[in-house]
Amino acid sequence: MPRLLEVGGLGKRFGGFVALEGIDLAVDARERLGLIGPNGSGKSTLVNCLCGALHHDSGTITFDGRTIDGLPAYQRTRLGLARSFQLPKPFRSLNLIDNLRIPLLYTVNARPGPRLSDGAIGERSMALLDDVGLADKGARLPRDLTQVEMRKLELARAVASAPRLLFADETMAGLSPSEVEEILAVLVRLNEQGITIVLIEHIMRAVMSFSTRLIVLVAGQKIADGAPTAAIRNPEVERAYLGE
Amino acid sequence: MGTAKFWAASFVIAAAVLILTRALIANEYFFFAGYVVLQYIVLATAWNILGGYTGYTNFGVGAFFAVGAYSSVVLHKLTSLPVPVMILVGGVISGILGFGMGYLTLRLKGVFFAIATLALAIVAQTLIVNWDYVGGSRGIYVIRPQQAPLYGSYIQYLYSLMLILAWVSVVIARTIERSRLGLGFNAIRDDEAAAEAGGVPTLRLKLISTSLSGALMGMSGAPLPYYVTYLDPASSFNLSYAVNSVAMPLIGGMTSWAGPVIGAVLLGTIQQLATVTISSALNLLIVGLLLILFVIIAPNGIVGLVQARLRARLR
Repeated sequence: MPRLLEVGGLGKRFGGFVALEGIDLAVDARERLGLIGPNGSGKSTLVNCLCGALHHDSGTITFDGRTIDGLPAYQRTRLGLARSFQLPKPFRSLNLIDNLRIPLLYTVNARPGPRLSDGAIGERSMALLDDVGLADKGARLPRDLTQVEMRKLELARAVASAPRLLFADETMAGLSPSEVEEILAVLVRLNEQGITIVLIEHIMRAVMSFSTRLIVLVAGQKIADGAPTAAIRNPEVERAYLGE
Repeated sequence: MGTAKFWAASFVIAAAVLILTRALIANEYFFFAGYVVLQYIVLATAWNILGGYTGYTNFGVGAFFAVGAYSSVVLHKLTSLPVPVMILVGGVISGILGFGMGYLTLRLKGVFFAIATLALAIVAQTLIVNWDYVGGSRGIYVIRPQQAPLYGSYIQYLYSLMLILAWVSVVIARTIERSRLGLGFNAIRDDEAAAEAGGVPTLRLKLISTSLSGALMGMSGAPLPYYVTYLDPASSFNLSYAVNSVAMPLIGGMTSWAGPVIGAVLLGTIQQLATVTISSALNLLIVGLLLILFVIIAPNGIVGLVQARLRARLR
C-alpha cells in the first residue's frame, strides 16, 4: 500500500545556514505521529516546506502518490494537507463563523464533487465550532478569545478544510495541564474520524500519550524514528536533549 | 439586503439624483462641482477595493487616473469615439496597468508596497512628460464637441456619465463585499499565510484586486480631458488624487462600501465649498486636519463609529 506522505532527501538552507538536510520520512494513513526536537532543530521549517509556505531546495515530497514539490500552499491544502500555526493566525477582522467559512469556501468547495450551499457552510462551521467547544462564540471576533480558545479556533480552521493529513504545530505550548488534555482529546477524536495527525510538540507527556510513532529532529537531521519509548531512549536523542 | 435588491435600490437612488438635480438646478457650476465629488466617489471606492478590503495601500492613484485620462487624449486624436467608449478603453488600459503593478509587487507588503506604487506614479508621469504625441510637459488642449449627445450642456453630460460610473463602482464594491471573493480579500488583509493555508489562492486574488481597482480609477480619469479641456502631466498626476483617495475611505470607514462614499461626499463637498468661498490652496489643509481629527476620535471612520454606537445600544 502506498504511504500517505513520503519525503525523500528533503533539504532547506537559509543562506549559509542548513535548516534541514536529507530528511527521509513517511506517514501512513490514519497514523498518529509525533515530531519532536530541541528549539531550532527544524520542526517548523519542515512543516513549512511540506505545506508549501517555504520551498525546499532539494528532495521530493509525495502526497497520496502525487509529487507536490512545486505546488503553492493553497493547492496543497486543497489536496488535503492542512496545518495549524504555532502562533495562532486568526483572521482578526472576521468573526469565528467567517474564519471557518474561508477554508470551507476556498478548499472544500474548490474540490471536485458537490458544492456546499451557503446554508450548509453555515451549519458546517457551527458544527466545527461546537466540536472544539466554541459554539456560543460564533459571532465573536478572535480578539475576544482566550489563548486556549485561540488554539482551538486554529485547529478548527485547519480541520474545516476537511484534510487527510493535519500538522498540529505546537498547539499546546503555554497551556495548563488541563487545557493540554482538552486539546489532546480533540486531536484523538479527529484521528478517530480518519484524519492522519502529525503532532509537533515540546510537552513530552502529551507527545508520549498521543503518538504511535515518534520522529526526532536535531539540527536539521532526523536522528530517530520508531516506537515512542524506544525513540526517546536512543542515546543520540538523550545527548541532544540532556547533553553528555 | 440581498445583492439584487441593492442593485435595484441604488439604481433608483442614482436615477432620482440624476433626474432631480438636472430638473431643479439651473446653475451650471453645480454640475461642474458635482462632477468632481462623483469622481472622488469612484476613486475612493476603487482605492478601497485594494486598500480597504485586501489591505494593500496604493499611493499610485494618480498614475491610474492619469493613464485613463491620457488614453482618452490618444483616442481623441485618433478617433471620434463617444466618451462612454473612451471610459471603457481607459478602464481596460488602467486595469492592465493594475495587473502589471500587482504582478511586479506581489512579494512586497505594507510600507514597501506603498512605496512601490508611489514609484509607479513617478515612472508613468515621466513617460507621459516625454511623450510628445500627447503634449509632453506642455500639456494638450482637447476641444469638446459643441453639442453633447442627448442633451444640450456638455458639462451636464459628463456629470451624468460620472454619476453612472459612481453607481457602477458602488454596486461592484458592495457585491464584492458580500461575496466569496470579498471574504478571500479580507483573509489576505488579515493574514496572508493563514489565507494561503486555508486554500485561498492569494496571488490570483491580489491580481484581481489590483486590476479591478486600477480599472475603476482609469475609468474615472477617462472623461477628464473633456472636463478640463486642457490636460497637463503636473495636474493629472497630482499627488492630491492619491491623498484624497486614501483620506476619503479612512474618514468614511474602510470595511464597507458606504465608507468611501460618505468620505468622498463629505470631503469632496467641503473642498468644493472651500474652493469657491476661501481658496483652492486650502484643500489639502482641510484633508490633513480632518485626517488627524478622525485618527483621534474615530479610527475606524464614520461607519465604524456608527457601528460601535449600534453595538453599544444592543448590549
